[in-house]
Amino acid sequence: MKIVVLVKHVPDAQFDRHINGPGNTTDREESILSELDEYALEAALQLAEERGGPKAGNEVIALSMGPSGAVNAVKKSLQIGAYSGVHLSDDALAGSDAAATSLALAAAIRHISADGRPVDLVLTGMASTDGETSLIPAQLAERLNFPQVTFASSLEVAGSQVTARRDAGAFSETVEAQLPAVVSVTDQINEPRYPNFKGILAAKKKKIASLSLADIGVDASQVGLAGSWTVVESAEARPPRTAGTIITDDGDAGIKLVDFLAAQKLL
Amino acid sequence: MANALVFIDNPGAALKKSSLELLTIARSLGETAVAFTGELTDDVAATLGAYGATTVYRPSVEELDNYLVGPKAAYLAAAVAASGATVVLLDNSPEGKEIAGRLGIKLNAGVITDVVGVEADGTAHKSVLAGSYNTTAKATTPVTVLSVKANNVEPAPAGADAAPATVTVEVPAEGLANSARIAARTEKPVSGRPDLSEARIVVAGGRGVDGDFGPLEELADALGAAVGASRAATDAGWIGHDAQVGQTGVTVSPQLYISAGISGAIQQKAGMQTSKVIVAINKDAESPVFEIADYGIVGDLFKVLPQATEEIKKRKG
Repeated sequence: MKIVVLVKHVPDAQFDRHINGPGNTTDREESILSELDEYALEAALQLAEERGGPKAGNEVIALSMGPSGAVNAVKKSLQIGAYSGVHLSDDALAGSDAAATSLALAAAIRHISADGRPVDLVLTGMASTDGETSLIPAQLAERLNFPQVTFASSLEVAGSQVTARRDAGAFSETVEAQLPAVVSVTDQINEPRYPNFKGILAAKKKKIASLSLADIGVDASQVGLAGSWTVVESAEARPPRTAGTIITDDGDAGIKLVDFLAAQKLL
Repeated sequence: MANALVFIDNPGAALKKSSLELLTIARSLGETAVAFTGELTDDVAATLGAYGATTVYRPSVEELDNYLVGPKAAYLAAAVAASGATVVLLDNSPEGKEIAGRLGIKLNAGVITDVVGVEADGTAHKSVLAGSYNTTAKATTPVTVLSVKANNVEPAPAGADAAPATVTVEVPAEGLANSARIAARTEKPVSGRPDLSEARIVVAGGRGVDGDFGPLEELADALGAAVGASRAATDAGWIGHDAQVGQTGVTVSPQLYISAGISGAIQQKAGMQTSKVIVAINKDAESPVFEIADYGIVGDLFKVLPQATEEIKKRKG
């Protein structure tokens, strides 16, 4: 089975994050592998291991699109256990919205399939921890004409069928789709493994393929700010919330709270 | 020719407040049509008319619900073509956003999610990076697709009651092929409380609740609020994952957010800092949540919450 896991290099949410790039894009200093992608990677590794791992012809390929620093997300994925990596990088990609990003990723996945072994499964996290739009799995599925299964909290593959459980809104659902498919997974699906010393050493020997737009047959005008269908016209830092009144309970804080709510017309 | 098309998916016997909000926004953009799925009751049709919808589109097939997203996006694309609408409005649920995403690719249309305000020309306002920036964004394409968060406009009927025309839209066959099929579906128990993502008031608990959400539930019921939780509380199994507020759960922006026994680590702040008013109750005066609370109480939630609940009941008497 050939599995591609999308991994994204995102600003670390533990620190303040800033919009100051061209076209109001996010500052990507202090970036890390998006936490939610680790669940997708773990799911891919488990599926491949159940099938006998690399010796049995399984592949787990970590694919990241982004500037030079984004290769770190691929490297981290290799340390965790991905078998190989692909880094799609081109200056023209900067500022791509979801539509342009999904176009480039779809072309990269077709490129990865072009060696005669088509991709069976594309796994992603439920959202990136920067843009948080959750659009990429759906838009990628639409572009590749694959079925999409999103927010999977469990995942099984038998033959050419993928079965997933999802707890969406008012329902719990069991969902079935034929491979090849795009599947996004939630943080409920597994407990991601950490890179260990052996994994970190092994990662140094693993291959990372670098792809440019020319390699995947995409024109610069189709991506980046030029190829995006949305534009961010302005971005203003929201004034930080400041602390209001703080009281210590002397036995009547519940009543004072109700007074506060009444004064705010919230009762 | 409609200017705006609102997608309303299976409302059941009555329209949700979030749908009424979408219809209210749509009217500010011009003539409004609705792409509808599910049973169209007389009451719902009358409400659609009262909110200014001139045409209600319905799909030619009834099995859209047996599949994930794909066929609904195909139906909606056909409804956009039939209506000539230039702005499409959907709710901001995970499914709403995915339908928006696929629709965008089908129509070569820009998609903006998590929208909190829409101007007459389709320019959208949203907050990003966990509420730390306010942005305005715009599609550069002939059609704009927007998924809009609940609780950002007050629903208002149009004033004139005209029954909308209903028109059937042919769903393209390829919409059903190549989509994931729903093999089984079970409805979760209904709490009777408002939906977390739409609630005007949220009462949320964390580690400090120590397994007992009882006092939070009682306060929530007195306030007509939804109950939320931090990841620590859902991971501990004290409450269902559905209740989780934050980056990997539900993002909320209610009028009032009451945080009880939650320290306010950054991921928790992320899910709630666009709330209008934040109240925090925590034993630890050093908790980061007090840095952003409009009203903070350093105290024991097991004493403060029941006292507040009693007081609210007394005043509402």
